[in-house]
Amino acid sequence: MSTQKDIKISVKNLDFFYGKDQALFNISIDFVANNVTALIGPSGCGKSTLLRTLNRMNDIIPGTRVKGDVIFDNENIYGPKIDVVKLRRRIGMVFQRPNPFPKTIFNDVAYGLKINGMKNRTEIRDRVEHSLKSAAVWDEVQTRLNQSALGLSGGQQQRVCIARALAIEPEIILMDEPASALDPIATQKIEELIVELKQKYTIIIVTHNMQQAARVSDTTAFFYIGKLIETGQTDIMFTRPKLKQTEDYITGRFG
Amino acid sequence: MTIHFVREIDKIKTRILSLSAYVEESVTMAVKALITRDGNLAREVIQRDFKIDEAEVELEEECLKLLALYQPVAHDLRFIIAILKINNDLERIGDQAVNIAYRAEVFSRREKIEIPDIMLTMAEKTKSMLRLGLDALINLDVKRANDVCKSDDVIDNMHHDIYSLVKNEVTKHPEHFSTLFKFTEISHQLERIADLATNIAEEVIYMVEGQIARHRGKAMESKDKDF
Repeated sequence: MSTQKDIKISVKNLDFFYGKDQALFNISIDFVANNVTALIGPSGCGKSTLLRTLNRMNDIIPGTRVKGDVIFDNENIYGPKIDVVKLRRRIGMVFQRPNPFPKTIFNDVAYGLKINGMKNRTEIRDRVEHSLKSAAVWDEVQTRLNQSALGLSGGQQQRVCIARALAIEPEIILMDEPASALDPIATQKIEELIVELKQKYTIIIVTHNMQQAARVSDTTAFFYIGKLIETGQTDIMFTRPKLKQTEDYITGRFG
Repeated sequence: MTIHFVREIDKIKTRILSLSAYVEESVTMAVKALITRDGNLAREVIQRDFKIDEAEVELEEECLKLLALYQPVAHDLRFIIAILKINNDLERIGDQAVNIAYRAEVFSRREKIEIPDIMLTMAEKTKSMLRLGLDALINLDVKRANDVCKSDDVIDNMHHDIYSLVKNEVTKHPEHFSTLFKFTEISHQLERIADLATNIAEEVIYMVEGQIARHRGKAMESKDKDF
């Protein structure tokens, strides 16, 4: 018996342009709540562009244009009444390379809380601790909260960045190749974390690592030259994809 | 990586094809030894079995190596999984050929007794089924694989008929009990070879279509039954 899954965010007929160049063509895809969705495809296929359209991160790139809808909470996030800062608070992002702020670990994680008006110190402290624990890095940094995050290993830095994203309690976390700059052990920790986090958050991850997509995601979407080619349950996509193009890509026979 | 992987896959294909040809030859030789009462040929089948065992282990190791080193997905994954199973099926077919050869060797030393026609027919049909299954494997031909699956019932029925026939004969000629009983054993071994050929055909279907073909018939039957 199949059950109707909750759609957290839905992309409908989305086109995206960098100036005159069209990067996404008529993309329609639903992202299920508390699921990990992996966006895969060769470089330049538009997967990171799509990821960034989901919290309007592309707005900061001059000359970009969007056509189509991204529905979040029954509202098009490209609608005129949308507060983009508020939107990005609800849809957080983790980038490819860890980007800790030149601050102490504590202030790095607390930064989002403070600019969002949280003043109560105990509340901030509790939230920082909780976020670092959720990001599975608390045990490693609890004695050095007043030191710079730049002194941590790459994997620890990335988990601190995840903690920063979690601190403002988003509903969706967008991850753009979050483990591509990390060693296998740090990668494993991030992957374990992703699987843990999906119980509370909806996660959309861009990855070039096929095995990573297979390991962590529930749904996989394959993109090629700006088009969504195939999407489906990850275990099916990696054992018997419907389309030859998908098969050729995931088996490394592409191009 | 892909070029190396494709090369490794090609090596595995060559190995499985040569193993299947070798196993098919063992079955043919075992049946021939039985019909012609050729003890030497039967002993040859028994002796060559170690080569099948050796080849099975080597092929399995190759498959495991590819799984560990390349983490294949989709068609490549299905191919290796199917080859692992087919490899095992072929080894077991080889064992059944040896079992037939043991009985053929005993027959060659005993007073001649006519092999029932139905058993000769069953042996021919089993060999055809095995050949068809291996053809399906070589050509990745789902149609031929489906034909093999459909033939399995015919062999099962023949096995039951031989059992009934032997039961009657034993009543009439209890002095031939030991030889007659061996016919039921040989019939069972042929039936097992047909089962294993069916397994191979089912793996070919899985390899090509990604659908697990095992138990399809049973699933249909149980759907029809009103529990």
